[in-house]
Amino acid sequence: MLDISDLHVSVDGTEKLHDINLHIGQGETHILMGPNGSGKSTLLKAVMGFGGYTITSGSIVFKGQDITGMSIHERAHLGIGMMFQHPPVISGLKLGKLLAATSHLGEDAIEALAQTVNMEDFLARDTNVGFSGGEIKRSEVLQLKVQQPDFLMLDEPESGVDLENMSLMGKEIAGLLEKDVHIVNRRRSGLIITHTGYILDYLEADQGHVLIDGQIRCHGNPREILRVVKEKGYGECLRCKQM
Amino acid sequence: MSALQTDVGDIEQLSQEDRERLALTGLEVGMQNRCGSFFQIDQNVIQTTCGAEGIEMIPIKAALEKYDWVKDYYWNAVSRDKDKYTQYLAKQESPQGLVVIAQPGVKVAMPLQACLFLREEPVQHVHNIFIAKEGSEINIISGCASSWQKEHGAHIGVTEIYVGKGAKVTSTMIHNWKEGISVFPRSATIVEEDGTFLSNYVCMQPVHRINMYPTARLVGRNAVARFSSIVVATPGSTLDLGSRAILGAEHTSAELITRAITTGGTIISRGHILGERDYTRGHIECKGLILKDGVIHAIPEIEGTLTGTELSHEAAVGKIARHEIEYLMARGLSEEEATATIIRGFLDVKISGLPAVLQEQIDAAIDKAESGF
Repeated sequence: MLDISDLHVSVDGTEKLHDINLHIGQGETHILMGPNGSGKSTLLKAVMGFGGYTITSGSIVFKGQDITGMSIHERAHLGIGMMFQHPPVISGLKLGKLLAATSHLGEDAIEALAQTVNMEDFLARDTNVGFSGGEIKRSEVLQLKVQQPDFLMLDEPESGVDLENMSLMGKEIAGLLEKDVHIVNRRRSGLIITHTGYILDYLEADQGHVLIDGQIRCHGNPREILRVVKEKGYGECLRCKQM
Repeated sequence: MSALQTDVGDIEQLSQEDRERLALTGLEVGMQNRCGSFFQIDQNVIQTTCGAEGIEMIPIKAALEKYDWVKDYYWNAVSRDKDKYTQYLAKQESPQGLVVIAQPGVKVAMPLQACLFLREEPVQHVHNIFIAKEGSEINIISGCASSWQKEHGAHIGVTEIYVGKGAKVTSTMIHNWKEGISVFPRSATIVEEDGTFLSNYVCMQPVHRINMYPTARLVGRNAVARFSSIVVATPGSTLDLGSRAILGAEHTSAELITRAITTGGTIISRGHILGERDYTRGHIECKGLILKDGVIHAIPEIEGTLTGTELSHEAAVGKIARHEIEYLMARGLSEEEATATIIRGFLDVKISGLPAVLQEQIDAAIDKAESGF
């Protein structure tokens, strides 16, 4: 579904990602780990196509199409969706209006979806204005449930979420990634940035990657990577690569 | 509502272009959603009709002749000597304009419309008086427009509004002028105990110059005033706008809200709240978006004279943040759609009683503004 080859990305003239290669097949969920500032969010934003993330070489191919030069909304239309870690506050724009503007769903359908993530009272509120950490995540999940992307990028879905919300989030994200669908028929794929690995309590991931200083240092079983990082820290990944 | 006159022959003689221009100010010729209508072209009143029980709409000249007491409301809230425009109006031998009288306790949700149309004469002068007696509630839409053929001209209007004890007046003024027209409204409102005054103002079309600074004096306990303005300044337009509230009794409050967009014109957004009694509250909020180089100059003033008043203001001027646009693009909107969605949100200040046609006009103005990016 997603093929990133030899990708180099610069921000403000400084290269932040070096020679990234990543292949995510249809139906697969991958986990991306790495210390703060290692470039995880940069990778997601480059795949989404945000301004300021300049691809200096390499390519991003999605569903067989080279999307490297496409605009953000063209990528969204192709089926890429993203859960933001720090979404912007848009004062004046009601969440319900945002959902209506970005979909063909009627008010009732939006309301019904909102109820599934306990966000029905937020439809009449300005988008992300005064939302708590958990509310922001639920709002993001709601937007993705409306958008129904085939490929989901989740930037730290656990951050700022309490336990009760985490359970709801975990189940909803599993649903968005069609974890309830038999593996043979599963179409949707995901790339999830996590620091804690809590998300793995709610869904299985197929592969894990560790990004350090803008380079992917290792690939492997996500639970094993998580265990190594927990026990020995990211330094182990650096050593591992050097061996 | 039975004997509603729809003597709109003169209105129907207007050109299609002019009728469309008037529709954008909220005028409903067929009056489906109006319970009364006043129509003045230049200096000629061509229609006055009202089907609401307990509400009277009457040209000002006739009102002054018919009711002796109306003179107590004439040049009372607004002073004749305020400036050269009021002096000009005071000199007119034959005043034109509308008087609305709502009898005590009469509440009408359906709006009355007052349409002021500048067609041929160089200057249109208007003097309106709205009197809402104790416990009454009225909703007035004043649509002001100039003919599509009218290149230059001026509109000078005085509006005096009296909100009685426990009464509520919602006054929505919509302007649709042209590049060569100058406009000088001079309005003032007096709000008595437990009274509520809601003023909405919309101007999204080109104009040469608009200059106004309506004032609400809250003279009775618990009186409330709220001014909301949505304005767009196109290239060549200068909008010098403000609103003022004087918290002249205990437990009064006022809110002045402005959303200003420039696509190349100049907006001066003034606001002044004077807290001169205890237990008073006031807030000024002005948000400006500069879509194309132009001027938005926000001048909020809050003035308290004793410890028991709480006044605040917030003003922000800038462009749409890039990351907001990209956020919506990531949900599938094109850059233009994302921008328009954010602007619509920006302009959404919940104007009560906003007619559907006006919402469409706002949307159309946004679409127009958008094409210039």
